[in-house]
Amino acid sequence: MLQQISGSIAVAEAVALCRPEVVPCYPITPQTHIVEHISTLVKSGQLKNCTYENVESEFASMSLCIGASAAGSRTYTATASQGLLFMMEAVYNASGLSLPIVMTLGNRAIGAPINIWNDHSDAMSVRDAGWIQLFVESNQQALDVHIQAFKLAEALSLPVMVNMDGFILTHAITRVDMPTQEQVDQFLPPFVPRQKLDTEAPLSIGAMVGPDAFTEVRYLAHHKQKEALSIIEQQAEEFQGIFGRDSGGLIKSYYAEDAEIVFVAMGSVIGTMQELVEELREEGHSVGILSIRSFRPFPANAIDKALANTRHAIIFEKSFAVGMGGVLASEIHMATVANDLKISSVIGGLGGRTITKKSLRKIIESAMQDELDTEVFLDLEGTTVVRELRRQQEEQNSGPVAENILRDMGVVSASKTH
Amino acid sequence: MTVQHKPFAITLDVGSSHLNKTGSWRSMRPVYVDRLPPCNKTCPSGEDIQGWLSLAEEENYEAAWRLLTRDNPFPAIMGRVCYHPCEGACNRGQLDLPVGINSVERFIGEQGLIHNWQFEAGEDTGKKVMIIGAGPAGLSAAYHLRRFGHAVTVFEAAEKPGGMLRYGIPKYRLPREKLNAEIYRIEDMGVEVKLNHKIEDIEATKKSGGFDAVLICVGAQKSNMIEFEGDAGIPILDALKVLRDTELEQPNQLIGRVVVYGGGNSAMDVARTAIRLGAQDVKVISREDPDNMTAHKFEIQETIEEGAEVVNLRTIKSVNGHEITLEIMKISEQHHSGHLRVVGTGNYETIEADVLVLAIGQNVDPALFSKTPDIELDSHVIKVDAIMQTTQEGVFAAGDAAPSQRSVTSALGHGKKAARAINAWLDGKVYQPAPQNEIASFDKMEPWYYSDAPRTVQPHLDAVRRRNGFAEVVGDLDIEHAKYEARRCMSCGNCFECDNCYGICPDNAIRKLGQGKGYEFKYDYCKGCGMCDAECPCGAINMIPEDI
Amino acid sequence: MSNQDSNTDIPCEQQTVKFYQTGTFTVGNRLLDEGCRTVQATAERANSLDSGHRACQGCGQALGARYALDAAMRATDNKIIAANATGCLEVFTTPYPETAWSIPWVHSLFGNVAAVASGIAASLKAKGDTTTRVIAQGGDGGTTDIGFGCLSGMFDRNDDVLYICYDNGGYMNTGVQRSSATPPAARTATTMPVGDNPGSSFTTGKFLPAIAMAHEIPYVATASVHDLHDLERKVEKAMTFRGARYIQINVPCPLGWGSQPALTIKLSRMGVECGLVPLFEAENGKLTDSTKIRYRIPVEDYLKLQRRFAHVLKPQNTHQLDAIRQIAEDNIKRYNLV
Repeated sequence: MLQQISGSIAVAEAVALCRPEVVPCYPITPQTHIVEHISTLVKSGQLKNCTYENVESEFASMSLCIGASAAGSRTYTATASQGLLFMMEAVYNASGLSLPIVMTLGNRAIGAPINIWNDHSDAMSVRDAGWIQLFVESNQQALDVHIQAFKLAEALSLPVMVNMDGFILTHAITRVDMPTQEQVDQFLPPFVPRQKLDTEAPLSIGAMVGPDAFTEVRYLAHHKQKEALSIIEQQAEEFQGIFGRDSGGLIKSYYAEDAEIVFVAMGSVIGTMQELVEELREEGHSVGILSIRSFRPFPANAIDKALANTRHAIIFEKSFAVGMGGVLASEIHMATVANDLKISSVIGGLGGRTITKKSLRKIIESAMQDELDTEVFLDLEGTTVVRELRRQQEEQNSGPVAENILRDMGVVSASKTH
Repeated sequence: MTVQHKPFAITLDVGSSHLNKTGSWRSMRPVYVDRLPPCNKTCPSGEDIQGWLSLAEEENYEAAWRLLTRDNPFPAIMGRVCYHPCEGACNRGQLDLPVGINSVERFIGEQGLIHNWQFEAGEDTGKKVMIIGAGPAGLSAAYHLRRFGHAVTVFEAAEKPGGMLRYGIPKYRLPREKLNAEIYRIEDMGVEVKLNHKIEDIEATKKSGGFDAVLICVGAQKSNMIEFEGDAGIPILDALKVLRDTELEQPNQLIGRVVVYGGGNSAMDVARTAIRLGAQDVKVISREDPDNMTAHKFEIQETIEEGAEVVNLRTIKSVNGHEITLEIMKISEQHHSGHLRVVGTGNYETIEADVLVLAIGQNVDPALFSKTPDIELDSHVIKVDAIMQTTQEGVFAAGDAAPSQRSVTSALGHGKKAARAINAWLDGKVYQPAPQNEIASFDKMEPWYYSDAPRTVQPHLDAVRRRNGFAEVVGDLDIEHAKYEARRCMSCGNCFECDNCYGICPDNAIRKLGQGKGYEFKYDYCKGCGMCDAECPCGAINMIPEDI
Repeated sequence: MSNQDSNTDIPCEQQTVKFYQTGTFTVGNRLLDEGCRTVQATAERANSLDSGHRACQGCGQALGARYALDAAMRATDNKIIAANATGCLEVFTTPYPETAWSIPWVHSLFGNVAAVASGIAASLKAKGDTTTRVIAQGGDGGTTDIGFGCLSGMFDRNDDVLYICYDNGGYMNTGVQRSSATPPAARTATTMPVGDNPGSSFTTGKFLPAIAMAHEIPYVATASVHDLHDLERKVEKAMTFRGARYIQINVPCPLGWGSQPALTIKLSRMGVECGLVPLFEAENGKLTDSTKIRYRIPVEDYLKLQRRFAHVLKPQNTHQLDAIRQIAEDNIKRYNLV
C-alpha cells in the first residue's frame, strides 16, 4: 500500500510488521520518531505480544535487547550517535553472544562538538563490533531492509544494524509502498532461536574464554560474517520474489561496470549521485556509481568485480578516521589491490553539511581532468582553516577550535575575544 | 536446537564443571570423627548418655531405654539416686545450665516400668558365677553376666535384695516399688537370688555350687565409730543402722532432740529421716564449712528446707548426759601449704540432745574374709587389679568392698566392669577396655547454633508435706518436659545430623546419605577450606593434613 | 515452654515455636517437619551452582549464590533464569569449557545485569510466561557502582526481577579495590591506611538497600550467609511478589577481608551480631521487620579476625574504632536490631 510518510514512521511500521516481541528504547535524535511510533503501535494494540520498555539509557536499551534475545524473543531497538557510543560495550557484547538483535542506527555525527546532524561517524565507530551493518539509500529501502534484517539476523544468529541517514531519510516524508502483514509473514518465519535461556534445557551463555580458544571464537565470527555474504544476496532475491522490489543485497551498481570513473558511496547520497550521473552520462561521460549496501560483511569480491573495468574510483564517505583518512577508501583499496585502479578519497557531508550536486560535479570533473587529489574534503572552508592554524601557531592559548571557527564565521559574537 | 549449533566456547552445557576436580587444591582434609562426650566419659556406670538422650529426643523411648540399660539395668532407680556427675561435666553447663540428664533417665526408667519392658539373657554358656551381695554392684554384675549367657547365683545375707539401695537410701528418695520392680526384672532374666544367705566360706560355697568364678560385692557395711569423752547419757547410734531399722520398720529411736554428726549424704539422710519420724529438733554437726561438706548441695538444701539445722565448723568434743560439747573450728590460713584445712580454735559451746547419730563413714568388715587368707585387704578394702580380680585367681571384687568412689553409680559401673572381666576370664582371656576417643571439649564446638533453652526443673514436693511422711520428694518430668530436656543435649562430639556441613560447603563436596546414615565427603571437590569443621555445632569434624 | 508436637498439616510459619536442640539455627534438623527444613538440608536441592567451580576456599559468595538460587528454585518449582554481572561469581563459575551452573544462566557485562534481566523479564512477558521468574545477580561493585544506573532503571520500571547483590565490600575479582559498598576504615588496594588515612574514608559509601527502599519497590531485604533460614525465607518471600525486588546478602571474602577461609560463616554471623550488618525487610519502601541480634558482641571481636581492619585496632586509632562502634549503634537503633 502506498503511503506518504516519514522515513521513521515507515521503519516503525515495517518493524511492527516483523512482529518484534521486545522493544526497549531510549530517545535520541534523529531516531526518536521510530520508537515513539512503535510505542503508539504497542499501546494501541496494533502491535500485539510485544513488550515495550522505556529505559534509562542506551546502555540499558541494548542490555535489555541482550536479555530478551537470549530469552528467545525477537528484539529491536534504535539509536544514533552518542547513544550508540553509550551502549558500545553492549553492542560488542550482543554480537559476541551471537544474539540476533535488529537495531536501526539513524546516522548522526559524534561530538564534541556536539552535532545532531547526519554523517556516518557513528556507524564507522562500530565497524569492528561484529554486527552486520547494512546501509540504505531511500526510505523505501529502509523499510524493506528492516524486514530483511530480522530474517538475516535470525538465519545467522547475529545482530544486524540498519544504517539510515539521520534527518535526510528519517525525517523526510516520501512515498513508500508498505507491504501487507501476509507478505511479511510469508517472508519472515517466526523466530527460532539458536540458543535460548530455557528452564527445560538449561545452558550457560556468556562464558569466559581464555587464550586457548579466543582466537577460534574470533575466527568463527569472521567466518560467519563471510557466510552472510551469500545469504544477504539470497534473501534480497527472495525479497524481490515476494515484494517485487530490488532492495538490499551487498552492492548496487549504477552503470559502474562500464564506467571509467565511478563514485563509490553508502546511504542517501547515492540519490544525489544518481541525478548527477544521469546528467553526466547524457553529456556523454563514462561515469557510474557503486552503492555499498552491506558494509559488514564487506563484499570485497563483489566490489572488485564491479570495479574491474573502472579506471578511477572516487570513494565518497561521510566520515573518516582522523589521522588516517577515509575508512571505506582504505577498505576498497584492499578489495581492489590486484586491479590497476586509481582511488581518490572524498570526505563530505560531515555533521550534516549539505552535499550538493554542484560540489559533486566539481569533484568528478577534476577526476576527468585527472586533477583529483587522493584525499579531498568536500567544500572545505580553506580560509577558516588557515586562519585557525595561524592562530594556533602564534598563540600558546588559542582557545577552543570550534568556537574560534564559529567566531570567524560570525556565528558567535566577535566581542568575545581573548 | 541441537548441540552443535550453539555458539562455540561462549555457550556451555550444564554439568561440565564436574570435570574440574577442585579437590587437588586441598592441603587439609576434613574427616568425620566421634569424640567422647564429657557426660559419657564421666559416668561411673559408663552409660552412653548422649546416645540415649538422642533417642529420647526422637521420642523413641524404648530404644532409649534399651540403650541406657545396656550399661545400667536400673534407670528408674538411678534416675532418682544417682548423684549425676555427668551433669557436672555437661558442656551445656558452659552455655546455660547442664542438661537434666538424671531427670530424663528417671523418665525413661518410668517408661520401662509402665510398659514392662524386659531384659533378655544371653545364650547359655554353661558357666556359673557366684556373686556375694545383692547390692547395686552385685545385681549389676549379675545382670551383665546373664546377658553374656552365664548362670548367676547371688547370695544375700539380708532378708531383701538391694543392699544400700534398700537399707541406706530412704524411701522418700527411692520408693520401694521402683526398687523392687527393677530388681525383679533382673531376677526374671534367670538370676537366682538366695536371701538370708550369708556366705561364711567362699571357697566351700564355690566348690559345692560348682561355680566357675566368684564376685564379691559385700559393700562397706561397718560404720566408723568414735569414742567421745564423757559419760554419754544418751544413745549413740550409727547411721547405717538407723536407716536400716527405719527400712525394716523397727521401733523408732529418733525421738526428741536428734543430733547427727557428719557432713556427708548419709548424715542428711538420717536428719531427713528423723524429721519424717517426728523428731522434735534435728541438728547436723559438720566439721567442714558449707562449701566443703561431702553431701551434695541439693541434699543439704533439701535437709534445711525440711527444718533441720546444719551447724558447720564444729567437732564433738564430749558427750555428758544430754549435753554435747562442740569445739568451734576454723579454716586454717596455712592449709594451702599442706597443713590441715580445718583446725580447732580452742573455743567451745554446748548443745542439748536426746540422741546422737554418727554418720562418719563406713568400711569393709574384715571378719568376712577370715576364712579366705588369699584374699588380701588393703586400707580396709579388698585389693584388686586392673580387671577387678582379687589376689585370689578367679575371685573378683566390685562395689564399695573394692577401691571405689563409694556411690551407687560407681557400684553399678564396677558390676559391669567385673562382669566383663569375668566373662573374658571365663573364656581364657584378659579383659581389655575399649580405647576411649578424644574428649569432646567445649572449645571444639560452635555453641551459637544451640537454641536458648533454660533447664527444666523437676517438680518438688512442698517442704511442709515432706515433714509428714516418706512420700517421694522429687517428682517425675512429664513427657513434654522430658522431651524438652532431652533436646537440650548438644550431642557433643557426635554427629546429630544437623546438615550444617552439608549445607554450608561452598563446593557441594558433601553427600547426604539419608537419615541415620550421616554424610560423606566428596574429596574430588573438597577444597579443604575447613568451614564444615568450624561450623559443626558439636565438633564431629576434624581437619587433618594431607600427604603432600 | 511451648514444646508441642510438630504437626505436618500446619504451615511452617504457623507452627508453634519449639525447641529441637538447635531449633532453626542449623541448616537442618532431623526433628523438624520436612517442609519446614531448609532447602539446603534436602538431598534434592537444585544445586544451582554445583561442584567444580573455581571460587577461593571458603568463598561466601559461592555459598550465598547457591543458597539464594536453590531457595528461589524451590519457590518457583525450578523455573528460574539467572543473569549474572561480571565479577568473581561469573569468572569462577564459567571459564570455558566448564560451567558450574545447572540453571539457565547468562552473563553479559559488568554494569548491565539488571537491564539484561529486565530484558529476559520483558521476553517472558511478551510470551505470556508467568511461571518462569528472573533473577539478576552481581557483586557489590557491579551493583552499587557500575551497575547502579541499570539497577535504578529496573527499580523505576518495577520490572519483574529479583536482584540479588552479594556484598563482600569491594572489587575482589580485580584485586580488592574499594567499591561504594566498602565499609569505612577497610583497607583495600585503593584505600591503603597510610599515615593518618583510615583506609576507606568514613564520609563515603552508599547503602543500597536504603536506596532500593527509596524506589518504593515491592520488597527489599538484607540477609547473611550465616542465617540460612532467614536468607531462604527472604528469597522465598521475594518470589511471592511481582515487580522489582532487591536482596543484599552479606558474603565474607577471605581474600579481600584477610580472613581465614574456615571463618566465613563465623564472620558473617559476627558482622550481624555486632550490629554492622543489619538484617531487615521492607515492603513498598517501608521497613516491615528486622532480624534481632541473638547475642550482641563488640565490633572489635568482629574486626580483629580481618586483616583489612588491623590498623583500626592499633592504640593510636581508637577514634576509628569508636566511629565504627557508632555505626553499629546507629544501625541497631535505625533497624530495631535488639
